[in-house]
Amino acid sequence: MRLVPFLIAAIITTGLIIVLNTQLKTGKSKTPKLGYFLSPQYGFWKNAEPANVDFNQDIKMPGITNQVDVYFDERLVPHVYAENDNDAYFIQGYIHAKFRLWQMEFQTHIAAGRLSEIVGEDKVATDKYFRRLGMVYAAENSLKVLDANPETKAACDAYTAGVNAYIKSLKPEQIPFEYKLLDYKPEPWTNLKTALFLKFMSWDLAGKAEDLTYTNAKTYFGYDDYLKLFPITQDSLDPIIPKGTVYEKPEITVKTPSTLDSLYFGRKDTLTNIPPIKPNKNNGSNNWAVAGSKTKSGKPILCNDPHLGLNLPSLWFEMQITTPTYSSYGVTFPGTPAIVIGFNDSCAWGVTNAGRDVKDFYEMKFRDSTMQEYYFNNTWHKAETRTEIIKVKGKPDVEEKIAMTFLGPVMFDKSYPSDISKNACIAVRWKAHDASNELQTFYKLNRMKNYLDYVDAISTFQCPGQNFVFASTNGDIAIRQQGAFVAKWKQQGDFLMPGTDSAYLWQGIISPKENPQMVNPERGFVSSANQQATDATYPYYLGRANLFPPYRGLIINRKLAAMNNITPEDMQHLQTDNYNVFAEICKPVLLKYIDHSKLNDTEKKYLQMFSTWNLRNDINEKGATVFKVWWDSVEVATYGDEYAKATVKLPWPDESTLIDKLISDSSNYKFIDNINTPDKKETITDVVTLAFKNAAKTLQDLEQKNKLEWVKFKDTRVQHLLQIPALSNLHLPIGGGVHIINATSENHGPSWRMVVHLTNKIEAYGVYPGGQSGNPGSKYYNNFIDYWAAGKYYNIIFVNKHDVRKDERMKWHTVFVNG
Amino acid sequence: MKFLTAILLTALLSFAIGLFTVLPWYSFVFCALLVAVAIHQKPFKAFLAGFIALFLLWCMLALITDNANEHLLSKKVAEILPLNGNYILLIILTGFVGGLLGGMSALTGSLLRKIK
Repeated sequence: MRLVPFLIAAIITTGLIIVLNTQLKTGKSKTPKLGYFLSPQYGFWKNAEPANVDFNQDIKMPGITNQVDVYFDERLVPHVYAENDNDAYFIQGYIHAKFRLWQMEFQTHIAAGRLSEIVGEDKVATDKYFRRLGMVYAAENSLKVLDANPETKAACDAYTAGVNAYIKSLKPEQIPFEYKLLDYKPEPWTNLKTALFLKFMSWDLAGKAEDLTYTNAKTYFGYDDYLKLFPITQDSLDPIIPKGTVYEKPEITVKTPSTLDSLYFGRKDTLTNIPPIKPNKNNGSNNWAVAGSKTKSGKPILCNDPHLGLNLPSLWFEMQITTPTYSSYGVTFPGTPAIVIGFNDSCAWGVTNAGRDVKDFYEMKFRDSTMQEYYFNNTWHKAETRTEIIKVKGKPDVEEKIAMTFLGPVMFDKSYPSDISKNACIAVRWKAHDASNELQTFYKLNRMKNYLDYVDAISTFQCPGQNFVFASTNGDIAIRQQGAFVAKWKQQGDFLMPGTDSAYLWQGIISPKENPQMVNPERGFVSSANQQATDATYPYYLGRANLFPPYRGLIINRKLAAMNNITPEDMQHLQTDNYNVFAEICKPVLLKYIDHSKLNDTEKKYLQMFSTWNLRNDINEKGATVFKVWWDSVEVATYGDEYAKATVKLPWPDESTLIDKLISDSSNYKFIDNINTPDKKETITDVVTLAFKNAAKTLQDLEQKNKLEWVKFKDTRVQHLLQIPALSNLHLPIGGGVHIINATSENHGPSWRMVVHLTNKIEAYGVYPGGQSGNPGSKYYNNFIDYWAAGKYYNIIFVNKHDVRKDERMKWHTVFVNG
Repeated sequence: MKFLTAILLTALLSFAIGLFTVLPWYSFVFCALLVAVAIHQKPFKAFLAGFIALFLLWCMLALITDNANEHLLSKKVAEILPLNGNYILLIILTGFVGGLLGGMSALTGSLLRKIK
């Protein structure tokens, strides 16, 4: 009988172990394995890094050939001094992994459509999207050329070996925090993962695909009205290359298809298969360089701030790489060798997104539902089938079969998305699918010595197209919009195209020397802020997708033109400036049309806030909130009636379109009329006044919640990649916003701010909203964020191997020796 | 005396086996069980000894780590779990989970010995 109590105790104990060793369901998410997670010898406590952590270390490393010295400054920026390139990239991989391993793997899992594997079935839709877009296919293609180039292959091989050396050195309890939270383990790094990461950036920056919703809009509104909602010009545009520049005759003569009216503009497609996921529409950036003629020192200054999603761990990791042949400093992508934005001994470079349309959709005609043959130029062609297996945590695998045409993967068919009512088969032709070697550009930029090296470095860059800005210590400044851009007929690819006729294919890639560019201009500066690169005299069609709002470009050029005797501090002030030039344009229009007689006292109070507002989106400005709410309300009052009747997904018109029309076409912009009141024709005064009255209700609500100040209304946050609030920094005290040079919106904005003064000994400043360590248990996890929000900059330390030994700003020294 | 010895021995062995992190995290249950078999005590006392041993061990390890870390991570985890950001509760929870398993395994060990 004594056996029974023992058995009961044993069963309870075993049961406890099982429960504490299982991920339990709580609502939509799962807990970690609680026993494991809480165990001080295995779980999260092991990731709680001592605040006085010591990075002085001697590490024996079999993969390197010579000693590598890594000095960490007090911000934990590594300064790597290696004897050769391979050792440098090996150590870069090792350090990236040491500080950012989880993030590196997670980001490539997104690109590869593998989130379900670690998170569960919630992410199957995301995974399907990336698989069907052909991200893995694209990365495989690029890996081939990356491997074919001896320099980039050696760099990637060394980098991958470095990452894997770190992973191998990890004891089970040392894996990053998030692996323990989600309960999985790191897997070996590969060159394919590096290629996948670069494709992820291509998607983020050149993955916009409004073609299908534009197609719907064209069908719904008719082509003429479509153009009134989505014009291909903007009145306030100040292009990257100044208006009036003369362009040579184009090398490629683009032939417009003869069937255009019937097979393209006249088609009446209504598409329900709209991608569930799309890149953030605010992905953009500022960069500029001013020549010595405009600076106090007589030397150029180069500035860059890429606007991307604000995440923790940050997309960027700051470092210096020095070998006997070159020395470069800047921000790097964890997951990729080389420095992406930065400077070296003699030159600096930066990028903004070009946003040119290099992703088009074609409707394919298949013989039958097996999708093995498709019709093109009057004959049947064989389609291949690509099978993608999506592993799902705790569930059976999901299998995606994707028909592959010579145009690209058939992203949409009757199986995807499953709720599709019309079974159109749509293939995606995307420049990012083509083999390309973007890494080579960064490899060369890190080593460039002058303007010609810069041109050579960027000329092979294909996708995502960027505006590369350049400045050198010998006084040159330059900018070029570089990428493999398609020579298109006007409006080619703005809508779904027929995939049965070669007349609709891309006819060629514009040669790099024809790309918009400028060297040492008379005006003494070059700049870009994602606005259209040229005026309409440029001989190629720039694409509807390139119509990024023109306002940041407008204000940057205006300010730079007016500035002289510029110092790096002036440039810092400019980068963090909160002046709202879009509001400057709208304010007189709104005040002109508002009907004061229809407003009550509360409404008048808000109007007063707006009319006395200084047009700055500083943190305490209430007028900025009034403007934003009012303007959004004007848009709804203008377009809401027409859009409310649509049953398909439509794109929303740009802000520039409405304000341009209110100014230039004020008497007869047809969308001003409310179609629900057939016996009345509304005027702009009606719309603007009604919009204000509606806005006032929202404003009153905000005021009651004490959220009228711009900073509270905007509520900027830097969010952990898993969107866990506890691991994020919320409610940041920072101004700015969309259309403002300090382009900080809710969770998006300047992801790295850099100012480089090209004096003989380079002087540079930088900051990003994050921290060098990806470990939420490290004090270096988010230690830059407050500094960044306050608009402050760190002095960048850039010293040579000889001086670093006695540099007191270096806090730790890690020595890697072969062994 | 037996009671104290059981506590100390269980804590020490559990800590030692926890250094071999290739083994599962719950390997310490065998230490608690073995000590209870070796040092004969009444079931309730054995449970208490196992509980106290692991509670103290896990609390202390967590406390030392947490102090050096200046509560950076514990505050975040105490929001995720959710304990309202209270890191002291998190340390106590940590100790309790270890203690519960330690106590139950010691109890099992003590009852195992009784069979003979």
